[in-house]
Amino acid sequence: MASLADLINLDLSDTTDKIIVEYLWVGGTGVDIRSKARTVNGPITDASQLPKWNYDGSSTGQAPGEDSEVILYPQAIFKDPFRRGDHILVMCDCYTPQGVPIPTNKRNNAAKIFDNPKVAAEVTWYGIEQEYTLLQKDVNWPLGWPVGGYPGPQGPYYCAAGADKAFGRDIVDAHYKACLYAGINISGINGEVMPGQWEFQVGPSVGIAASDQLWVARYILERITEVAGVVLSLDPKPIPGDWNGAGAHTNYSTKSMREAGGFEVIKKAIEKLGKRHPEHIAAYGEGNERRLTGHHETADINTFKWGVANRGASIRVGRDTEKEGKGYFEDRRPASNMDPYVVTSMIAETTLLL
Amino acid sequence: MALLTDLLNLDLSGSTDKIIAEYIWIGGSGMDLRSKARTLPGPVSDPSKLPKWNYDGSSTGQAPGEDSEVILYPQAIFKDPFRRGNNILVMCDCYTPAGEPIPTNKRNAAAKIFSNPAVAAEEPWYGIEQEYTLLQKDINWPLGWPVGGFPGPQGPYYCSIGAEKSFGRDIVDSHYKACLFAGINISGINGEVMPGQWEFQVGPSVGISAGDQVWVARYILERITEIAGVVVTFDPKPIPGDWNGAGAHTNYSTESMRKDGGFEVIVAAVEKLKLRHKEHIAAYGEGNERRLTGKHETADIHTFSWGVANRGASIRVGRETEQNGKGYFEDRRPASNMDPYVVTAMIADTTLLWKP
Repeated sequence: MASLADLINLDLSDTTDKIIVEYLWVGGTGVDIRSKARTVNGPITDASQLPKWNYDGSSTGQAPGEDSEVILYPQAIFKDPFRRGDHILVMCDCYTPQGVPIPTNKRNNAAKIFDNPKVAAEVTWYGIEQEYTLLQKDVNWPLGWPVGGYPGPQGPYYCAAGADKAFGRDIVDAHYKACLYAGINISGINGEVMPGQWEFQVGPSVGIAASDQLWVARYILERITEVAGVVLSLDPKPIPGDWNGAGAHTNYSTKSMREAGGFEVIKKAIEKLGKRHPEHIAAYGEGNERRLTGHHETADINTFKWGVANRGASIRVGRDTEKEGKGYFEDRRPASNMDPYVVTSMIAETTLLL
Repeated sequence: MALLTDLLNLDLSGSTDKIIAEYIWIGGSGMDLRSKARTLPGPVSDPSKLPKWNYDGSSTGQAPGEDSEVILYPQAIFKDPFRRGNNILVMCDCYTPAGEPIPTNKRNAAAKIFSNPAVAAEEPWYGIEQEYTLLQKDINWPLGWPVGGFPGPQGPYYCSIGAEKSFGRDIVDSHYKACLFAGINISGINGEVMPGQWEFQVGPSVGISAGDQVWVARYILERITEIAGVVVTFDPKPIPGDWNGAGAHTNYSTESMRKDGGFEVIVAAVEKLKLRHKEHIAAYGEGNERRLTGKHETADIHTFSWGVANRGASIRVGRETEQNGKGYFEDRRPASNMDPYVVTAMIADTTLLWKP
């Protein structure tokens, strides 16, 4: 329909100074993203210029019907790749009318941790590798898989090209450019080991920004799959059996780790993480026990181990870091459906504050 | 879907200096191409300015799980015809963290041969004729062929036009322009003798760049067939019986061959190739024995022969070269699934460095 596209792509900048702001928030399950839009006088260059807003929390499992207003506090703005022009997306977090963070608001606590002077001084960097699976709409079977059956076993698909090996690249490539446009620090993409599975990376970003960017990147991805008529799954083990799961490996470093002698700091940090393994695992995503089996490039969920270049470990340190005596490490435990506010702040807390 | 296309075609140069670099490498089978992308802070035109990278070699049969990192060394840059703008494709080769080429890395040894002063001085030129077959997705039967049956016998299809003779031209033509955009020295295309089979040529290119360009051209072709929902195969004999196979005829010349008196140099080079026929054949592609039968414009795999204008010979010398007394020759033995690094370097090695 030529005219619908014309209207969606209308450039309003000649007719009005008004802009459209899409407010984003995390819903009642902790993984569902919600959004709605409002008109504002533009342009807006900082989240602090935006008004607080509210939504019907009883429709997202976040408030009772008789007292349903949940307040949205704007926290981080990004350019809107769908509306373009001066229009923006804003990542928000949720509060009661009295100003108390609601239970599903994990950002508030994370922000406190990142504001702690000890943490702030170490300038914590995060690089998050978000894996995800594309599913055929209505049947919820992975994209590219024969309905009622299975593709050939894993091997040919990782980083592959070809109509028989790579399914959904237009979604992945559109997402890459859309995120760059939005101002998200997206650092790369690749096709994954299981056919229909992909990965993008966000980072290195500092402190709370890493999580804001990852949530907005997930939002943009689901908006794009919506356009493509395909379903996005962040389930950590979408297909049982000899098929890889989906993770959100979280790469981490502090100032001390990035400087000379950093490798020792890294080792100490890993030891601290080793002492809190069950606590971290409990916060690293629902259903992770289906994924962390010790097979398919994971470490068993009950075991904590680390190694250089070892993809079967809980924590992997890159060869570069070992060689240079400084750098970063990769926590491979988080599931694809983890909440980055929780995971990034917990890693900072365990390694720097406890 | 208008909106997806808008995003895919977003010109980012108005909002950021960042570019996307797609790193390409050859996987564990020696024929599978792999790639992944990363963001870089600004445009790059010199491969030596690109950072090394690494990938999970345990997922491509190139490293064990407990020591899985394989290092990517950027070697050649091309413009990305899919993302366009300042975005690039980068052809890489693979090393262990200790800096050793891994066993499937054939480029490293080829680069050594091409850097040898005796070879470099002769400026070897290569023109590679890459044949390939397009297959219908899911059933893997050639494009345009009736499912469960066969088209009419070969004859009408070579360089033809028409919906009943030419299958998949949109893929071939978009590949041609995409390669030209990318900066690959693609010199031509034609429809082949077997219906659903096509050919493109890369060259003349010097030394190692011939291998780089053929590999990236193959990558671009597979990306295009992915979009088209069609499967590309480089199998040298995709359909047994009275159907042509697919080769990668490699045209070759040196400085001395291109100058006056070159024809004698060519004859001497061909004689050397004859003495190493078995070694070359072993390196000229898996499954070639199904193709080099002595029929369908090939020479039998066990026989070395050469002749002017002879398409049934192992090596063919063009009439023009004979007439001018200088020029180049065509090694018709390599299969479509040959590794151009191996073949081009071996021809240079045998004709310029090897002593019988």
